Amino acid sequence: MGVRVASEWLNSCSGCEISIIDMGERLLDILAVADIVHLPALVDSKYYGQRGDQKHLSLPEADVGIISGGIRNEEHLEVALEMRKKCNLIIALGTCATHGGIPSLANTYTVDEIKERAYSTETTDRPDAYPSEGLPALLDACYALDEKIKVDIQLPGCPPHPDIIFSALVALVQGKPLSVPDKSVCDTCPTVRKGKGELKKVRRFLTAPEYGAPGEPLDKMRCLLEQGFLCMGPVTRAGCGGDGITPRCVSARVPCRGCSGPVRHDGNQLLDMLNALASNGIDLKSIPNRPLLLRFSGAHALLKPVFQERRSS
Amino acid sequence: MTQTITIQPITRIEGHAAINIWLDDAGNYKDARVNYMSLRGFEKFVEGKPAEELPDIVCRICGICPWMHHLASNKAVDRCFGVTPPPAGHKLRELMQTIAHAEDKLLNFYFLAAPDFVIGPDADYSVRNVVGIAKANPELAQQVIKTRYMVKMILDKFSRKTIHPVAGVPGGFSKPMLEEERREILEKMKQVLDFSQFTLDFAKKNVFPKYMDAIKTLGVITTGFIGTVDEKGGHNLYDGKIRLMKADGSYTDFDAQDYADYLGEQVVPYSYGKFPYARCWNEGFDLDVDHPKGIYRANTLARINVADHMATPKAQAELEEFRSLFGRPAQATLLYHYARLIEGVYAGERAIEILSDPTITDPDVRAPFEPQAGRGVGCVEAPRGTLIHDYSTDQNGLITRANLIVGTTHNLGPMNLSVKQAARALIQNGNVTEGILNRIEMAVRAYDP
Repeated sequence: MGVRVASEWLNSCSGCEISIIDMGERLLDILAVADIVHLPALVDSKYYGQRGDQKHLSLPEADVGIISGGIRNEEHLEVALEMRKKCNLIIALGTCATHGGIPSLANTYTVDEIKERAYSTETTDRPDAYPSEGLPALLDACYALDEKIKVDIQLPGCPPHPDIIFSALVALVQGKPLSVPDKSVCDTCPTVRKGKGELKKVRRFLTAPEYGAPGEPLDKMRCLLEQGFLCMGPVTRAGCGGDGITPRCVSARVPCRGCSGPVRHDGNQLLDMLNALASNGIDLKSIPNRPLLLRFSGAHALLKPVFQERRSS
Repeated sequence: MTQTITIQPITRIEGHAAINIWLDDAGNYKDARVNYMSLRGFEKFVEGKPAEELPDIVCRICGICPWMHHLASNKAVDRCFGVTPPPAGHKLRELMQTIAHAEDKLLNFYFLAAPDFVIGPDADYSVRNVVGIAKANPELAQQVIKTRYMVKMILDKFSRKTIHPVAGVPGGFSKPMLEEERREILEKMKQVLDFSQFTLDFAKKNVFPKYMDAIKTLGVITTGFIGTVDEKGGHNLYDGKIRLMKADGSYTDFDAQDYADYLGEQVVPYSYGKFPYARCWNEGFDLDVDHPKGIYRANTLARINVADHMATPKAQAELEEFRSLFGRPAQATLLYHYARLIEGVYAGERAIEILSDPTITDPDVRAPFEPQAGRGVGCVEAPRGTLIHDYSTDQNGLITRANLIVGTTHNLGPMNLSVKQAARALIQNGNVTEGILNRIEMAVRAYDP
């Protein structure tokens, strides 16, 4: 009998699960030593029994529980609690699970505001009441996993690179300690930095950065932040490129948006970035939309409905 | 006393859904429903954000088809800002989308759908999955995993990030393609086309004939269809007019910018997801299994039904064979799987066509633009169906309003109909087996990406 693995997806997009499949042939190595007892994307294990006649939600016991997605509704919460109860160890997979991810941008709005928009768009026939029959009620915000259950291992990334997932699973199977990158994207970025410059403002990503000839290597391109683009590299955890070091977005000639979350688990990408920009003499008013600096890490009460911010200030 | 059966979660699909079936005293079908459990609020929380950031935000709607959202969003922002990508930028976008479709067909067929057909609908759930397939056919499994990985890595290596892509940008594409990259990808896509053709041949020989009874009965409903066609009425995944076809085969073509004149969305009490319907048919919305109103379907079967022809030769030959067997429009729900594999062949052929055009390596891939007030609808065919992103911007280029009709949602009504039909036909006198419940789920899986 191999290591029993259970996996669940909560307020998520399935990108993390596809990243697991993107291990390629390494997936077969994992399957040789692991028994997947629950994984809705691939395996037909059910909450209420295989014949759908049980009263209570129940999951099989497992050695390792992998959860992607944050917690947005009562069903997510129930499933997360059941996973915690049945699994010896819980991995939060992906930035939604570790920090809320993109869906936590919704935390700047109340549940009513979200429903009001969803059910009144131009093409929608406005209902008398919002949907609720047989549906889990929404919580007041989108939560990271560790706000509701104890998490043993945090693996951020949107999604985490298959190399990172593979290394983590191999370490678990072999009983070895896990190493998660603790550097920033900047620390691993080969672009050319000239240090504090004459930059006074950041600009929106409306034009291509200067990168020379089409195939020019990255270590010949000037740092995107020094080119004036709002690159989140300084305040974002490294590792998006897996065993390859290069930051993925920067190598696509696009600034880092921060998808792996803060460098330290409890960091604040907004505050850290404002500090970094201010200490370089950059006018903070030039940032087009501040909540976007927390677009991947708005859980942990960092993003809140606008009215609450007004009330507290 | 009525009995309720809850199939939750629906598995081997993308997303969160459940089936409830109610039986009467005699243990026969009374009603059934599919609940869609997820509401994340994208239409709200993109408000106020700089429009050029949206392509990297909304791709998180779906991790299986992030390229679709990414590109529909880029097209919508292009329109808002009044910019047209240079030819190479346009071609690179279509190439990425086409290759993503090719990958999706392999993922869907082998990882999600095949267990029901290759292992069997009544097999124990513990082996009725891709792991079971890998154990039963290790050589095929290895080839599937290798080929799918190769396609995925083409996208990953060239665009640098393929789950939640960043390389599409308003005005075009973020980086040009080098000549050596073009040649390398072209060679690989030839292998992918061979494997897509092998997969279709394999299914035509070993799968579809064996399940012809199920194909003719399981989840079968009669509806209209929606899809995108080019100026000659040919099948297209990336660009063209939207064609809305009635069950009798008559159709209307319209520009994606005008979608709101044709489509509406119903809110039902048991689903967070809204149910699109053909408002322009002026017959309302009704999920009566035998006489649905306003209901059309999207996704593979719909696209090959609405198209007059496939735009590539091998796929066209396959369509002719398909039509000789099943007619036009074909209504049987499990034929989605057949249509999907025909589209897989198309995607391989189309990618090779695009890559055979050396102008794709033109370094001019992004046109300049300024943020401005505007409105734009971006539309592409996602694996699950016609995907519509509709944005308005203010004079600073910030989003003031967004309306999204996501491919999956077109089929929410049809999935309910197919589940009702399957449950009504399969559950008799209280006899509910795991195999029967799995067959009911198969009626949903047909519609998956």
